[in-house]
Amino acid sequence: MLGKKPSTGTISRKIEPYLYLAPATILIVLVFLYPIVDILRTSLLQNTASGIKTFGVTNYRLVFDDPVFWQALGNNGKLLFSVPILTALSLLVAILLFEHVRGWLVYRGIIFMPYILAVPVVGMTFVYLLGLNGIVNTLLRGAGLGFLAQDWLGSVKWVLPSLSLVIIYREMGFGVVLFLARLMSLEQETLEAAAIDGANWWQKHVYVTLPQLSGVIEFFVVVELITMLSWVFAYVFTMTGGGPGFASTVMEFYIWKHAFAFRSPGIASALAVVLLAVTALLIVLQLRLRRRSLEEAA
Amino acid sequence: MKTSLVSQRGKNWLASIPNQIILIFFSLLAVFPVYYMFVTAFKTRQTWLHNQFGLPIPFTLQNIADAFTKGEIPLWFGNSVIVTIASLVVSTAVSALAAYAIARFRFPGRAFYFNTMIALMVIPPAVLILPLFVLMVNIGLINKLPSVIIIYSGLLIPFSVYLLVSFFRSLPPELFDAAAIDGCSNLDIFWRITLPLSTPALVTLVVVNALFVWNELLIALVFLQDEAAKTLMPGLTLFKGHFTVNEPLIMAGALIATVPMILLYLFGQNLFVEGLVAGAVK
Repeated sequence: MLGKKPSTGTISRKIEPYLYLAPATILIVLVFLYPIVDILRTSLLQNTASGIKTFGVTNYRLVFDDPVFWQALGNNGKLLFSVPILTALSLLVAILLFEHVRGWLVYRGIIFMPYILAVPVVGMTFVYLLGLNGIVNTLLRGAGLGFLAQDWLGSVKWVLPSLSLVIIYREMGFGVVLFLARLMSLEQETLEAAAIDGANWWQKHVYVTLPQLSGVIEFFVVVELITMLSWVFAYVFTMTGGGPGFASTVMEFYIWKHAFAFRSPGIASALAVVLLAVTALLIVLQLRLRRRSLEEAA
Repeated sequence: MKTSLVSQRGKNWLASIPNQIILIFFSLLAVFPVYYMFVTAFKTRQTWLHNQFGLPIPFTLQNIADAFTKGEIPLWFGNSVIVTIASLVVSTAVSALAAYAIARFRFPGRAFYFNTMIALMVIPPAVLILPLFVLMVNIGLINKLPSVIIIYSGLLIPFSVYLLVSFFRSLPPELFDAAAIDGCSNLDIFWRITLPLSTPALVTLVVVNALFVWNELLIALVFLQDEAAKTLMPGLTLFKGHFTVNEPLIMAGALIATVPMILLYLFGQNLFVEGLVAGAVK
């Protein structure tokens, strides 16, 4: 808290902070609060036989009876499984960069680069790389494993793992940079002490490094869980269009389809409310983490 | 501190060979798609059909020229520049004011306001687009750049306020007290002391937010449907639809859209790193 002189309580002093908040508040109300109130209202509006709209849960009943909705929600759920893989790979690379490596800045620069690429650009490029004559299949054929080659984004079975791989590709740069920055601020003494005590590489990192990184790991996991629920539209739109069938349709994509392709605002709003409810759990985690970090910094 | 760690690490190069091998592997994975985009953009379609992954021999600039002339890429590029700059100016200005209020004053609702900012960082934009679309149609902003500028500015506020509050709080309070005693108004203190001292944080914030706006697809797709109103990302998806059978041309378009961020990255890699790390816990 920066020092504010107490007891100079004129009225203008009392409203002063609210004047600073006003411009941001107007935009927040317009862009966040109004839409959230509006989807709650629209999702509860239903048409009656007489043509007058009444309040009711018809939209929600339609959503919960829709197998595609459950599939879309499940697809987001499956994408969540890439978070542990992404976290483990990022940790591995960050630890390798941290210890005994010449040219670590060059490696960091290269490995972070995918994160600055636009998702549509990454998506469009991977459509070619994962296609029938893409690099993946070419390498498989070259290794005599041609029978494994296939249309990775056109297969019901492989489309979600392929999407996960592309998401991991782009997000890993962020994880590595984050973990490396934290590693650099650790006390070297504990690691040296562990090495002197005869700990091997695995023991040293599992018992000494990882516990010290637990805060930043938790942060990264929450950020990536949010990403898998709320920020995968552009991957799906540019790589698969939600297909084949609905095999890669995620909640964001399904909301967008109902809102703008099927023109069913009631269903789109009910879907949006469901997605909001799912993210509410993450909001609780987010509040806990971010507030703790600020208190520590203060 | 960094340099001393590095020199320590340099000593043991033999033991680092396994590390080097794994890191080279991951670096190749990271680089390959970018390499592919680059080389494909400079191949003719004939070359590409026979030689997908090799260097562009013979080399051609035709795709780059075509990307500029056959589609609307110059127009979309200009739109992206306008939208990015305008969104950054608006969001940074209003966020800095709000963060200053939260960091400097005690007032009823302060904690609630700050917690709301943290919670809003999690809201998926897909949840917000339908009501905003109806609103923009009603006020006549659909297919106009201000629609997305308003929305991006709003979406950027929660993270920006969060980052700036933590930075403002790290400034020494004595400075502000001294200025207040010298008769500076709070607005003076904001403008003459807080902002100049916060230049590194502001630059970092602008760079990270520029990356978000430049690369965003969903909102641009929904609100800018006219071909002439599009920004680069939705424009690229349209471009791809028009030239499906000319892969090198599509990669040339993607390359043009990526170059500004690559340049920003080459000159300010550490800004990206600092900005992304600054939001994280200690």
